[in-house]
Amino acid sequence: MAKIEVKNLKKSFDDLEVLKDINLEVEEGEVICVIGPSGSGKSTMLRCINALEESTGGTIIVDDNDITDKNGDIDLYRQNIGMVFQQFNLFPHKSVLENVMMAPVTLKLKTKEEAEETARNLLKRVGLAEKADSMPSELSGGQQQRVAIARALAMNPDVMLFDEPTSALDPEMVGEVLNVMKELAQEGMTMVVVTHEMGFAREVADRVIFIDDGFIVEEGPPQEVFNNPQNDRTKDFLNKVL
Amino acid sequence: MSIFELFINNFPRLMSGLWVTIYVTLIALAIAAVLGICFGLMLISSNRILRGIAKVYVAIIRGTPIIVQAFFIYFGIPNVTGVRLDATTAGIITLSLNAGAYSAELVRGGIQSVPKGQMEAARSLGLSKSQAMTQVILPQAIRIMLPSIVNQCIITLKDSSILSVIGLTELTQTGRLIIANNFESFKMWIIVAIMYLIPILILTKISQTIEKRLKIGKN
Repeated sequence: MAKIEVKNLKKSFDDLEVLKDINLEVEEGEVICVIGPSGSGKSTMLRCINALEESTGGTIIVDDNDITDKNGDIDLYRQNIGMVFQQFNLFPHKSVLENVMMAPVTLKLKTKEEAEETARNLLKRVGLAEKADSMPSELSGGQQQRVAIARALAMNPDVMLFDEPTSALDPEMVGEVLNVMKELAQEGMTMVVVTHEMGFAREVADRVIFIDDGFIVEEGPPQEVFNNPQNDRTKDFLNKVL
Repeated sequence: MSIFELFINNFPRLMSGLWVTIYVTLIALAIAAVLGICFGLMLISSNRILRGIAKVYVAIIRGTPIIVQAFFIYFGIPNVTGVRLDATTAGIITLSLNAGAYSAELVRGGIQSVPKGQMEAARSLGLSKSQAMTQVILPQAIRIMLPSIVNQCIITLKDSSILSVIGLTELTQTGRLIIANNFESFKMWIIVAIMYLIPILILTKISQTIEKRLKIGKN
C-alpha cells in the first residue's frame, strides 16, 4: 500500500482548471521532487494533499486516510502530514521553542515538559539549539525555515510536504535548508518536494515529476528525467532552467 | 466665584456625574467587547446567513446617529412594548450596541490583517479552526488592533455624554443641571471638559505603555 495515493485529482479555481488529471503514488520512504514552470499547478497539487486546497474531483489517500472525504476528520489526518511553506509562516508572537512546542501541546498529545524536550531535540537536529529562546524575527530566513521544519517534525508526521522551501531565501542560505532536508530524506522520511533546486532534485530525489498545464507530463528517476527527457515540454523546460 | 471654588462647591454632584459616566462606559465596553468579537467573527464567517446578520447590524448602527438610537431605545421601544426601561439601562444598551458595531469592524480588520499563511501553518499542524484562531490568529490580531481599541474606548466615553438627552445624570447632564442653578456656564463647561480630559489622557498613556511593551516582546 502506497503512503500517498492520488487518483484523478482535479482542481479548479472558478473557471480556471489548474489540475486536470493528476495520478501519483508515493511509497513509504520515497522522496519525490516535483518540478515544472510556474503556474503549472505543482504547488496546488501539494496543497491538495493536506487539503489546504479543497480538490474539485478525484481522491487522495494518505496513510489509509481519505483526505478528500468531506465527512473525514481532516484535522486528525493533517497531524500526520507535515508541511513546510515558501514563506516559513512561523508564528511571530511565539519564541522559536514555543513555535515548535505549540501544536503537540495544544492538541494535548504531549505534556508541556515532553513537548519541550522533543522541541529542544528537534532544534538541535536542525542546528538551532541555541536559538530556542529567540523570536522568529531575530532569525535569518534560512534559520526560520529550519525552525519551520522542526515545527512540522514535532507532530511526528509520516509524510512531509515542502512547498518551494528555498524560493524565498537569499542564495547563501539555501544550502543549510537543503542539508536539513537531505538528512531527513536519508533517515527515511516520505517526502514530496516542490522545488526549483534542480541540483537537490538530482541528488536526493528517488523520483522526479514534471508537471505542466495541470498534468504530470513526465516522471522517472532523476538521471532519466534530467539526462534523457522524453517529452518535448520537459526538454524545453529543462533547457531553460539548467 | 473662582473656577476652583465652583468645582469645590459642586464636587459631590460632579463626582457622582463622573462616576455614572465611567460605569456606564465600562459596562458598555464590556458588552461591546463580547458583541464585537461575536459579530466580528460573523463578518468573516463562511456562513452567508451569519455574515448577513452581522453586516446588517453594523450597517444600521453605523448608518444612524447615536442620538436617534438612544431615543429609539428609550422612547420608541416602550411605545410599542409598554415596558419602560430606566435611563441607565437604556443608555447602556445604546452605548453597547453602538460600540459593539464599531468593534466588530475592528475585530474583522484585525483578523484579516494577519497574513493568510498563519492560518494555513496552524491548520497544517492539525489544529482546528477555533484552535488556530485562539492560539495563532487572535493574539496577533489583538496586537494590531490595540491602538484602535483604545481609540474606541475614548469615543465611547465621550459618546456617553449624548445619553444626557434621555435624562441620564452623567457628567454632561450634571453640568447642565448645575448651570441651571448658578448660570456659570463658561466656567462650568471648562470644569466638565477637564473632567472628561483627565481619564482620557490616562487611557492614552496606558495604551502607549502597553504598545511599547508589546513591541519589545515582538523583537
